[in-house]
Amino acid sequence: MTALLATEGLTMRFGGVVAVDNVSLAVSERELRCLIGPNGAGKSTFFRCLTGQYRPTAGRILWRGRDITGLEPHAIARLGIGIKTQVPSLFDGLTAIEGVTLAVRRKHGEREARRRAMAALERLGIGALSGALVGLLAHGQRQLVELATVVAPEPDLIILDEPTAGMSAEETAGTAALIREMNRDHAVIVVEHDMQFIRAIASGITVFHQGRVLVEDCAAKVLADPRVHDVYLGRPPTPQVVVPA
Amino acid sequence: MEDRRTLLQAVLALLAGGVAAWWLPQVLELFAIINATVYVAMALLALSLALVWGFGGILCFGQAAFFGLGGYAYAVAALNLPDTTYAIPIALGVPMLAAAALGYVMFYGKVSDVYMGVITLTVTLILFNFINSTAGEEWRIGAAPLGGFNGIPSTPPLNMPGDPGTALTPEQIFVIAVACLAGCYAACKLILRSHFGRVVTAIRENELRAALLGYNVRLHKLAIFAIGGLMAGLAGMLFANCVFVSPTMFSLAYSGQVIIWVMVGGVGTLLGPIIGAMLLQALTAWAGTLPEVNPNLILGLVLVVAVLAIPRGLQPTMATLLRRRAP
Ligand SMILES: Nc1ncnc2c1ncn2[C@@H]1O[C@H](COP(=O)(O)OP(=O)(O)O)[C@@H](O)[C@H]1O
Ligand SMILES: [Mg+2]
Repeated sequence: MTALLATEGLTMRFGGVVAVDNVSLAVSERELRCLIGPNGAGKSTFFRCLTGQYRPTAGRILWRGRDITGLEPHAIARLGIGIKTQVPSLFDGLTAIEGVTLAVRRKHGEREARRRAMAALERLGIGALSGALVGLLAHGQRQLVELATVVAPEPDLIILDEPTAGMSAEETAGTAALIREMNRDHAVIVVEHDMQFIRAIASGITVFHQGRVLVEDCAAKVLADPRVHDVYLGRPPTPQVVVPA
Repeated sequence: MEDRRTLLQAVLALLAGGVAAWWLPQVLELFAIINATVYVAMALLALSLALVWGFGGILCFGQAAFFGLGGYAYAVAALNLPDTTYAIPIALGVPMLAAAALGYVMFYGKVSDVYMGVITLTVTLILFNFINSTAGEEWRIGAAPLGGFNGIPSTPPLNMPGDPGTALTPEQIFVIAVACLAGCYAACKLILRSHFGRVVTAIRENELRAALLGYNVRLHKLAIFAIGGLMAGLAGMLFANCVFVSPTMFSLAYSGQVIIWVMVGGVGTLLGPIIGAMLLQALTAWAGTLPEVNPNLILGLVLVVAVLAIPRGLQPTMATLLRRRAP
């Protein structure tokens, strides 16, 4: 069976820095995959390549077997790939409901889009914020609005780059539940630092280190792997610096 | 709800235009009517930039280029065609296509915002210099001499559609200008309420997010820029119908003024720039009549005060004041 998404030798260089180094990774339909690794391992850059924000230096990206390397971001999004970026990327000047409606509107009429957008906001427990200007929300709430924006149009592959950064414990648990729920019909790749969160969603794990795939296995094996402890788990993950967009 | 409000605003604009078009010609002298038509044409130019800059997020330093192209396209076509009515689509099409071509180069060439300003400015300058240098007899398109710095004083006005013998009177031109302004305002309102318009506004807010949701950012920018070019061209055609076309239409002074009108009126609003254009033109005209005072000095002073006192522009400031008044 062809994978939903596969990369072959994907490489992204910035001058002398090799941010993503010859990564071959495959995700199948409805799979849930965790991506972990220390800061600077190349996870976000890998995602930028997948979503067309960067044109990879070398390698190929295949979507259901079709080569999509070099397509523009909007064309890749139209295939059914949605991403929540590490630094929230939102329509600050719009209200939450306006932004999420826009996310769904490409596929549905105005009324239906609004209904689906509202449902997504409510599912994330922020229905009450639907009329609020996104730019005025707290960081955790912005994360939730962006999650709603990404999941509302129901893409086949949902990429989540550190979705729970800045969230309360309660919001984090809610997000884990949402991810499992979304995973019933959609493939999900999620980057997380929170071990509890990773154990909770118990999926296959790929460990990135210095732009390469270090280990790829089921959660139990990866979390017990001494190499993973060496590069990542041994040290507490450095806190993420959130750069305002 | 929202949609009904938009519709109401559009209808109100058309009504206001109707009243102005019916009442003003009865009370104004011929000269004042022509002057009022210029004001309306300029307000339409301001509206075009308000759409492109305030909602498309594209700061165009060369909106006057499309204004000038519209005027010249009209003049040249009107001199060559038996019925000047047929010059209208040319006067709208030429600036729109020019905007589309320029937009294609800028948006598809991945030109950064700063360079976009530089490019629009440069194109305006080139057009200005080019038109200025067409004084010779050899510079003519069919029956239309381009006339260099003299412009084309022989520009015929619009005639009754289908009746080339009957030229429209200045009063009638005024009515048409007001109708165009009100119609374009209503059209802008409807565009911005449409799905297309919302995507354009969303792109202004965050290009990356819009693209990641599957919206073609460049195509939307190109489209709104071309619509702005068309509206500026319409303004130029109206201008050509009450004054006559000359290279000053392409001048930096005009491009700069429009930006100021929109700024004073409120970037991100439509009505504000229209009012700003009217008020500041009146102010400039009044300052020009003062003895011993440089009108530019007064205008400059007013601008500095306006930017400091109402940084968000007329319309948002007035809206806030009105809301505070209300219980
Ligand atoms: N645009 C860029 N220019 C230069 N270097 C970059 C760029 N983007 C990322 N990098 C580098 O690539 C490496 C991987 O970064 P990133 O993908 O953000 O890692 P992660 O998301 O795993 O923390 C880092 O060393 C970073 O400095
Ligand atoms: Mg990252």
